[in-house]
Amino acid sequence: MKAIFKHEMNMYFTSISGYVFGTFVLLFAGIYTVAANVSSQLGNFEYVPSSMVFIFIAIIPVLTMRMIAEERRQKTDQLLYSLPISMTKVVLGKFFAALVILAIPVGIMCIYPLVLRAFGPVTFSMAYGSLLGFFLLGASLISMGMFISSLTESQAVAAGACFVLMLFNYFITALAKLLPVQPKWSLIAIAAVAALVSLFIWVMTKSWPTSVGVFAVAMAVAGILYKHNRTPFINLFPRVVPNISLFSRFSTYINGVLDLSGVVYTVSVTAFFIFLTVQSLEKRRWS
Amino acid sequence: MIEVSHLTKVYGDHTAVYDLSFKIEKGQIYGFLGPNGAGKSTTMNIMTGCLSATQGSVKIGGHDIFRDAMKAKQLIGYLPELPPLYLDSTPQEYLQFVAEAKGVAKKDIPEQIEYVMEKTKIKHMRNRLIKHLSKGYRQRVGIAQALIGHPEVIILDEPTVGLDPMQIIEIRELIRELGKDHTVILSSHILSEVQAVCEVVLIISKGKLVACDTPENLEKQFAGFVTVMLEAETSAAKAQEILQGVKGITETTVLQDEDGRCRLKLGSRYIVPDMFTSAIFKAFSKAGCTLLSMTPERASLETIFIELTQDAQENRDVSEEEIQKARQQSTGAESEAVAE
Repeated sequence: MKAIFKHEMNMYFTSISGYVFGTFVLLFAGIYTVAANVSSQLGNFEYVPSSMVFIFIAIIPVLTMRMIAEERRQKTDQLLYSLPISMTKVVLGKFFAALVILAIPVGIMCIYPLVLRAFGPVTFSMAYGSLLGFFLLGASLISMGMFISSLTESQAVAAGACFVLMLFNYFITALAKLLPVQPKWSLIAIAAVAALVSLFIWVMTKSWPTSVGVFAVAMAVAGILYKHNRTPFINLFPRVVPNISLFSRFSTYINGVLDLSGVVYTVSVTAFFIFLTVQSLEKRRWS
Repeated sequence: MIEVSHLTKVYGDHTAVYDLSFKIEKGQIYGFLGPNGAGKSTTMNIMTGCLSATQGSVKIGGHDIFRDAMKAKQLIGYLPELPPLYLDSTPQEYLQFVAEAKGVAKKDIPEQIEYVMEKTKIKHMRNRLIKHLSKGYRQRVGIAQALIGHPEVIILDEPTVGLDPMQIIEIRELIRELGKDHTVILSSHILSEVQAVCEVVLIISKGKLVACDTPENLEKQFAGFVTVMLEAETSAAKAQEILQGVKGITETTVLQDEDGRCRLKLGSRYIVPDMFTSAIFKAFSKAGCTLLSMTPERASLETIFIELTQDAQENRDVSEEEIQKARQQSTGAESEAVAE
C-alpha cells in the first residue's frame, strides 16, 4: 500500500495536477476570506468553507478522473493485477494519496483563523469544525470520483460522469424540495430512484434478473407500505433527502456542532465507495 | 513448478481456452506457440492472476493462483503483451516502485535495480522519461520489471513483437541467459523464435494444447517416412532399374530426365534417413553410376505446426452444452471467491 501511495504522490507532483488542485482551493479560500472576513471585518471563518463547497463540483472530477481510468488505458492495471498486493491495498493507496492532495490546502487554510484571531475574536470551534466538515465532504466525494474512474478507460468520460454526479449531490436537496407534497408523488419518486438503482446494478453486473428483481422487490415493499399507511409518504423526499445529502450534512458543522452522526455517515459513504471501487476492479478479472 | 489443470476460459459465447492442462518443470525455457488468437495471452493472464478462469486451476510452486494469490504471485515476474509502463516516470523511478510493491527489502532495492538494469542493459537510460524511450528499450524496462525480486518463474508474452532484427537477437540472448537461473515461459507466434530459444514447445491452437515436447522430439515424432530427392548422371529408366535393388521404396516420381541426367523423388518406408540414403548410395556405386546429389527431407517444425493447428481447427467445435456447463460451474466458483 505504501508503494502505491508513494507512487501516486509522485504522479501528482511530477505532473501539474497536484499543484493545480491545491492552487485552486487556496485561490477560492483567499477570495472568500477577503470577502467574508477581511473586507467586512468579521471573525466568522466558517463562512469561507461553507461558501466554497461548490468548487468541489469542478475540482473533484479533475482530481479523480485519472485515478483508475488511466491505469486501464495505459494497461498498467495488468501490472497491478500481477503484483503481490491485494486490490484493497491498491485502492486504499490511491485514495489516501488523493486525500493528502486535499489535506494540503485544507491544512494551509487551518492557519487562516489563527491569523484572523490577531485582529479580533474568532470562534475556533466553528472555524475548525467547518474545516473538518469541508475535508470529510471532500473525502467522500473523492471516493465517489474514484469509483466512477474505475468504471471506464477514458479520463474524459470519467470526468464528465463525475461532474454530473457532483452536480446531483450538490442540488439533490433543492431538487427534492420541488416534489409536490402528495403521497402519490413520493411513490413515483421512489419508483424513479429504484429504477436508477437497478439500472446501476445492471451496469455493474450485466444481469437482468438481479436488476429487475431489485426493482420489483423495492416497488413491492413501497406498494405494500403505501396501501397500509399513507402518512409517512406525505412530503417524504423533502424530509429525508437533507439527511442523505452529503452537502446538507456538511451545513451542520458550520454551526460549531460536531454532529457525530454526520461524521459517521460521511465516513461510511466514503468506505462504501472505496469498497465499490475494489469490487469494480476485482470484477474486471472475471469479465 | 507450475501446474495448470483443466483450464477453461469463456468470454460471453466465445471459448478462448478449453480444458488446457500442462506442467512446467523448474529451470527450463518453455515456448507457447500458436497462431494469433489461439489463447496464449489468455492463458498467461490467468497463470499470473490478471484474469480469472471459468474453470480449472493453476498452481505456482504449490500455491493456487486464485486462493493463495499473494504467495503465488511472489514467485512470478510477468511481462504482458504491452509492457505496463508509467510513461511519465523514469526507469529508475518505475523499478523503484515495482520493487517496493513486490515487497523487496528496502536495503536490497538499490542493488536489485542495478542488477536488473545490468541484465537488461538499460543503465544509461535510467534517468530518461519512459515516454521518450524507443520500443526496444521500453520492452527492456518491461523485462527488467519482471526480473525484480528474483522470481523463480518469468513469464513473457510475445517479448520480441515489434522490435527490429538486432533488438530481437539481443532480447533472445537475454532470454537464453535468464533461462540459466529462472524458469522462463514465453509466447510467440513465430516458429523460428521458439525453435531458437526454447527447450520445450507447447503448441496451442484455438484454446487447446495440441502438442508439448522438445523441438527435436516434435520433429522426430511427426517426421513420418523419409523422402529423398535424388540427382544422378544417368537416364531415369536406368536409375529406376538400379533402385529396384533397394528395399523399402514405396514411390518413385521422375521430376526431370534429359541429357543423361535425371532427378527423382523417392518415397520410402524408412524412418531413419541415414539408412535409406546409405542403401541408395550402395546400389548406385555397385552399378558404377554417379550420384550427383541426394537430399533426405523431413518434416520441419513449421509443417508440424501448420498440420497441428489446422487439425485443431477442424476438431474444435466445442458444443454449446459444454460451454453452458462450464459457465454454470464458473458462477459457483465466482461466488466462492467473492465469499472469501
